[in-house]
Amino acid sequence: MASILIKGGRVIDPANYIDGGRDLLIRDGIVGEVGENLSEDGADRVVDASGLIVVPGLIDLHVHFRQPGHEHKETIETGSRAAAMGGYTTVCAMPNTNPAVDNEVVVEYVKLMAARAGLCNVLPIGAATAGQKGERLSDIGSMARAGIVAVSEDGKSVAGSALLKTAMKYASQFGLPMFSHCEDADLAGSGQMNAGARAALLGLNGIPNDSEEVIVARDIILANATGCRLHVCHISTEGAVWQLRSAKSRQYAVTGEAAPHHFTLTDEDVPGDYDANFKMNPPLRSAADRAAVIRGLADGTIDCIATDHAPHHYDEKNVEFANAPNGVVGLETAFALAYTGLALTNALSPLTLIEKMSLNPARILGINRGALSRGLPADVSIFDTREEYAIDPALFASKARNTPFAGRRVRGRLKYTILGGKVVVDNGVIRD
Amino acid sequence: MPGATRLSGKDLLGLKNLTEDEIMLILRSAARMKARIDDTGKRSPELSGKSVVTLFYENSTRTKMSFMMAGKYLGASATDLGVATSSVNKGERLAETGINLDQMGVNMMIIRHQTTGAPHLLARNVRASVVNAGDGANEHPTQALLDLMTIYERLGGFDGLKVAILGDISHSRVARSNAFGLIRLGAKVTLAGPATLVSGSFRALGADVTTNILEAVEGSDVVMGLRIQLERDKAPNFPNLREYSSLFGVNARILKHAKKGALVMHPGPVNRGVELSADVIDGSQSVIYQQVKNGVAVRMALLKLLLSEEGD
Repeated sequence: MASILIKGGRVIDPANYIDGGRDLLIRDGIVGEVGENLSEDGADRVVDASGLIVVPGLIDLHVHFRQPGHEHKETIETGSRAAAMGGYTTVCAMPNTNPAVDNEVVVEYVKLMAARAGLCNVLPIGAATAGQKGERLSDIGSMARAGIVAVSEDGKSVAGSALLKTAMKYASQFGLPMFSHCEDADLAGSGQMNAGARAALLGLNGIPNDSEEVIVARDIILANATGCRLHVCHISTEGAVWQLRSAKSRQYAVTGEAAPHHFTLTDEDVPGDYDANFKMNPPLRSAADRAAVIRGLADGTIDCIATDHAPHHYDEKNVEFANAPNGVVGLETAFALAYTGLALTNALSPLTLIEKMSLNPARILGINRGALSRGLPADVSIFDTREEYAIDPALFASKARNTPFAGRRVRGRLKYTILGGKVVVDNGVIRD
Repeated sequence: MPGATRLSGKDLLGLKNLTEDEIMLILRSAARMKARIDDTGKRSPELSGKSVVTLFYENSTRTKMSFMMAGKYLGASATDLGVATSSVNKGERLAETGINLDQMGVNMMIIRHQTTGAPHLLARNVRASVVNAGDGANEHPTQALLDLMTIYERLGGFDGLKVAILGDISHSRVARSNAFGLIRLGAKVTLAGPATLVSGSFRALGADVTTNILEAVEGSDVVMGLRIQLERDKAPNFPNLREYSSLFGVNARILKHAKKGALVMHPGPVNRGVELSADVIDGSQSVIYQQVKNGVAVRMALLKLLLSEEGD
């Protein structure tokens, strides 16, 4: 495999505490050297990165690629394209497909489709219960052998506390963490958006913060009781941040993620025309919740940024708000939203931002990526953060267009994505 | 005469976004229409050639009939889609149904739907005028307009009026549309009911919120009861009807705390003896049946304003 020299960029690599002008040499698919004024001699290709930022390939712990079963929304191939176009080199695919990822056959299928696409590492997550029905354990051990990286019932919580506890105990013997979508379905009721003044104005039923927080509390308690590592998905409320902070202060093995829409928008952004592209679960919360999520990211309570990329067909969103499916796409807007909303506002340093989008997700997965250290697979993303642009869903590589961010002005356009030394996005154009 | 002569949009989706001028335009027009209901000689075919379709995804007697009558009194052809026997039962989506009706040249679609925002979805997808006849727990603008008309007829204005709206606020599109309209016109609105049926979030509408019925009724010009929606909730938000009527219902004793001659209103159908006692429903202060007549007048005015090229 050829060598690539990435020259003149600003390298941001939290694992090695680097934020500054460096060159990066990739040799045979692995990181060769990071240093100043590296020689171009012998490089098969030189990428001029002057004015650009060079970061370890982004890692997303939370995507929905819909295959098998919902290929009209997204496939593993189109999802991988979206990931590559968002600067992601590794993503974790949630198991709520049809059939659900609850046995090793489906795990192997996901891996095969991902390998065929060859644009992104797609790591499968296995369902906690068979068919995500909440009745009995899925084939967690067989799936562990086939390569799942976590167990999750994402889309909902395991309602029965005893079954969840059993799943945690069983998963922990394989070293698998539980990725918890925290929602008490009873308390959430028929809610469609965040409970509060905006819901009252729009006449939509509210989803209260407590519906998320009681399950965060339960899952923290059960994870600690079973010795299972817990990762709390898409944290959206102040109380959930508080729960996580409290658990971490007691040295519990818990981590958490926040989604770009939750640190960017609030329930006040849900428009008066009931555009279902603003419907997701958990919902857009209050300004106080959004501020708490940003504080949680800044003080380390929330370890990482994950997109919860949830593609849906436009027909499915062009229905009554109550009947529309939850979720928004996120892979192709996450970096720009995070850079614009968190780094440019000085809520997070660029180094911390990259830590949340690459190094920390790698640590949670226990994989040796998310860093530009010599000898690691050369997963590298290069962004141009100089020019502001408007998000245009028509340009998405994803099959889906369901985003609340159409027209939003951001900075942080992807230029290159390099996956294991292979340039998969070259000057903004996907190569396949 | 000051104010608007037309409505600004093609649709009537709610009172939330109507201006004071637009509301008063509808009320004045409705006052003129009212004379035509009783005098068959005054009914004129000014909307002849226009087609109006009702799409009712929820049951209704008053609202649907009064829209149909309003259309007929003005010469428009009024047709009911008959949702129960339509392609809706084959899983046709609302947007699709609307686009098909649009292609048939329908001029106005009047929709009642169990979900909030359904009329807005329909309006986005069709060229025809869309009128909201009640969506989820959101708005029921023509009900509020007929309530406003009734208040205007009896009390002559809105500025400084104190209006108490009582009962199941959180599920009530009637309460919300009335609150939006009344507050826009300068009235002071108090929403009251058990804590499980009225949330402090409703202060966002500009209304006062209380769980004390007496406090809400005290000194009010209008007392509006709302239907307790026994059919909606699987697990009710209060123990039983007996407790509800004794703690949150309006009877003659409670009504004494309102201003002398205060109006008693209810959008119907009334649960007699629950939200209002029988003597209050049938008493001299009750204008419940006038409301129904005004419903036809308000809907005639709306049809004319939205469908006629001349406006008002």
